[in-house]
Amino acid sequence: MANKLKTLSKTSRRNYLTYVLVILAYLVLQLLSGSLSSSLKGMLVPICAYVVMAISLNLTVGILGELSLGHAGFMSVGAFTGVTAAVALQGVIPIAPLRLAIGMVVGAAFAALAGFLIGIPVLRLKGDYLAIVTLAFGEIIKSIFNNLYVGMDGNGLHFSLLSDSTDLAEGGKLIIGGPMGIGGIQKISTFTAGFLLVMITLVVVFNLVNSRSGRAIMAIRDNRIAAESVGVNITKYKMMAFVTSAALAGSAGTLFAMNYSTIVANKFDFNTSILVLVFVVLGGQGNMLGSIVAAAALTILPEALRQFADYRMLVYAIVLILVMLATNNPSFKSFWSRITGKRDKKEAA
Amino acid sequence: MLSKLVPVPSGSMIPDRDIDKRPILECVNLGITFGGLKAVEDFNLTIGRTEIAGLIGPNGAGKTTVFNLLTKVYEPTKGTILLDGTDTHSMDTAHVNRAGIARTFQNIRLFQNLSVADNVKVGMDTQMHYNMFSSLFRLPDYWKEEKTARERTLELLSIFNMADMANVKAGSLPYGAQRRLEIVRALATNPSLLLLDEPAAGMNPSETAELMENIRKIRDTFQIAVLLIEHDMSLVMNICEGICVLNFGRVIAKGSPADIQANPAVIEAYLGKKKEA
Ligand SMILES: Nc1ncnc2c1ncn2[C@@H]1O[C@H](COP(=O)(O)OP(=O)(O)O)[C@@H](O)[C@H]1O
Ligand SMILES: [Mg+2]
Repeated sequence: MANKLKTLSKTSRRNYLTYVLVILAYLVLQLLSGSLSSSLKGMLVPICAYVVMAISLNLTVGILGELSLGHAGFMSVGAFTGVTAAVALQGVIPIAPLRLAIGMVVGAAFAALAGFLIGIPVLRLKGDYLAIVTLAFGEIIKSIFNNLYVGMDGNGLHFSLLSDSTDLAEGGKLIIGGPMGIGGIQKISTFTAGFLLVMITLVVVFNLVNSRSGRAIMAIRDNRIAAESVGVNITKYKMMAFVTSAALAGSAGTLFAMNYSTIVANKFDFNTSILVLVFVVLGGQGNMLGSIVAAAALTILPEALRQFADYRMLVYAIVLILVMLATNNPSFKSFWSRITGKRDKKEAA
Repeated sequence: MLSKLVPVPSGSMIPDRDIDKRPILECVNLGITFGGLKAVEDFNLTIGRTEIAGLIGPNGAGKTTVFNLLTKVYEPTKGTILLDGTDTHSMDTAHVNRAGIARTFQNIRLFQNLSVADNVKVGMDTQMHYNMFSSLFRLPDYWKEEKTARERTLELLSIFNMADMANVKAGSLPYGAQRRLEIVRALATNPSLLLLDEPAAGMNPSETAELMENIRKIRDTFQIAVLLIEHDMSLVMNICEGICVLNFGRVIAKGSPADIQANPAVIEAYLGKKKEA
């Protein structure tokens, strides 16, 4: 066993370390749950959701090497579709965890579909178009859910846009109420569910990265022309990474939304997308453990400094600028890579 | 594996051992224009199935452009490329590789952040079949194909005595090793024609001599054709059978090393017109 551990590559050792630390963090928090402040307890599920958001965005940014500025859009799609599914199934499936799981699967599927539809035109192009298209996507999704009405009655689901014309039968219930979002949600997300989703996300991302697909995806990132020259199907692998990233963000959206009694589309705006991007940049591109730590720390930090919460986005902006300056500074870069042993990402000529 | 060169209709010379078989590559009146500049024009070349052929010429003659045309990095403005008898006009770069052409680059293009082994395995991707589902759940076909890929990777790396570097990051290899890794990665795609763009650039004489031996060994082992661009004339004259000389985008001579060395047009292209004293 000890021998086997030694022969494991550096990456696998790092992956195992990540799993172990996440499990430890979960166990410790469970043991301490009696002595945690109620505000911290309330943050456990959002932290898990943001951790999943950060890991999944890191798949697009760090592994695929494409910039996405609308990751919250996928979270939004996952939140609204997943919660709708869970609410619609409330009478049919009484077991809450199962309903949550189904909600997450539905959220992931719709977010994946959205990712696929964006990917078809954009991932074929050779320039950096993904950033601008995902930026627009995030805004469009926000407008759509701000104007969407979904209701359910004995005849099934009813949809309408702009104004509520769902015309529900007696005993029917409005699920999504335009700018009011979804109200009266049963809070069925739990810390354990969040922990399991983080673990599933890690397994998906690590197993994908550590396979022929992951190698091909990183090859495209490092040198597209060389990847083409050895026969790699560029569009297929870009799509695989991007859609997986979107699906995971969708399930994070469902988890996040089912933690509150009300959820509105404005919660998943450009600021949220940038926030998640900050987690990825701070944690290190391609470094999943870094993303987890950054997401958890930066979600707790504003709560800990609650009286300064108004300046939260300002602080983030400053931190982001500092990080970008620092990572472009060669002496800081070499210093940083010496202490972290991290790769410096230089594009081949 | 020395055989006599015999002429074929395109005007190229190919080894007589390959004469009864379909040539691996035929270029017919190939050409490309950038803006107004005719970078390559009326390029005709035939390469035998197991030939080591050379493409030489002064800097800027259009040699790399020919490779970029063959691999569809550039779309030819004129002419036809027949790869093993098949017209490649509808294929893109990745498709051409799957059809049998693999290449290296003059300005090295490795997957810098991947390990040496992973660089080679990316070259095997088109021969692997397990899907994403198998990766996520680590199904038996994942383990089986990964094992095969690992073994073949070490085998290919050992051609250049690089098996012990398998876990090193490609970007941190010394220059010469990076060039050799590009050749191994290209071989991993199971090509029938290997294009090498200045494989000996930046190598010292002993490295170059070793490379020369290895190029021969590769041809003999895999029974494939090699077309190489090279400035090191001792290497070219030693291992190439048919040689094609380009100058200002046009072929100025084709033939055996002896023919080329004696050809006045070639001497003039390389040395410039002799000034009257
Ligand atoms: N993409 C391009 N756009 C414009 N000109 C090009 C391009 N690629 C090559 N050329 C020109 O074609 C000519 C041949 O270049 P190249 O094939 O690289 O020469 P070499 O024989 O040294 O490999 C040069 O004049 C070069 O400037
Ligand atoms: Mg060149």
